[in-house]
Amino acid sequence: MSDFLGIHGTALALREQRLQLLSANLANADTPGFKAQDLDFTSALQSALQPNAASGDAIEAASTGARFARPSSQPSVDGNTVDGEREHALFAQAALEYRASLTFVESKVRGMLTAITGQ
Amino acid sequence: MSNLPIFDVAGSAMNAQSVRLSTIASNLANADSVAGNPDEVYRAKQPVFRAEGVPGDPSLAGVNVTEVRESTDAPLKRYEPGHPLADAQGYVYAPAVDPVAQMVDLISASRSYQANVEVFNSAKELALSTLQMGR
Repeated sequence: MSDFLGIHGTALALREQRLQLLSANLANADTPGFKAQDLDFTSALQSALQPNAASGDAIEAASTGARFARPSSQPSVDGNTVDGEREHALFAQAALEYRASLTFVESKVRGMLTAITGQ
Repeated sequence: MSNLPIFDVAGSAMNAQSVRLSTIASNLANADSVAGNPDEVYRAKQPVFRAEGVPGDPSLAGVNVTEVRESTDAPLKRYEPGHPLADAQGYVYAPAVDPVAQMVDLISASRSYQANVEVFNSAKELALSTLQMGR
């Protein structure tokens, strides 16, 4: 099934992982000492698409491996590195990217449904 | 979306910010609660946030309120001999609450709360669209 969805199934799962990280950043915008985390989507996708990777764990492993702490442009005294506005913008962008991947997956599914029902 | 940990994360943040809003409300409400004894004066409360893994995914940081700390600032001593609560020397003690600082904190807390509501709504919308796939 994952072969049928091609790159889009993996991309969708990784985009979800990135959304989760960004939501954790926004949630911890006021937590002292919290370091903002992000996901390097390109490298995560590359490592998840390695041919020897097992399907379920590959996404987990790829997203864990591609995590990095994003430095703040305006460091605060309590050690928190979350930039509220930047995080907002990134979250909106990531949500849009998730929708884009979702659209690709959906059109694949629709295509398969058309092939099955023949209508 | 597997077990939807975004909802846990945003929910924990909304909970923490609402605790913060409650303590600010309590501080502002009691800003003028004077007492005749410095030990009985209301003390400003402040929640302490800490990043903590959410149940759905321990590597993902939600927010937890570890404790609500009481201020150790000395109460303000005011000379008001006509006040019914005044002590033998004519002093009453007011809590060391700075209303301006509390208002600033209030704005910050409500903005953070709104940010998390928006995250929650976006995540909900994306999850619903994912559920609709192929229909």
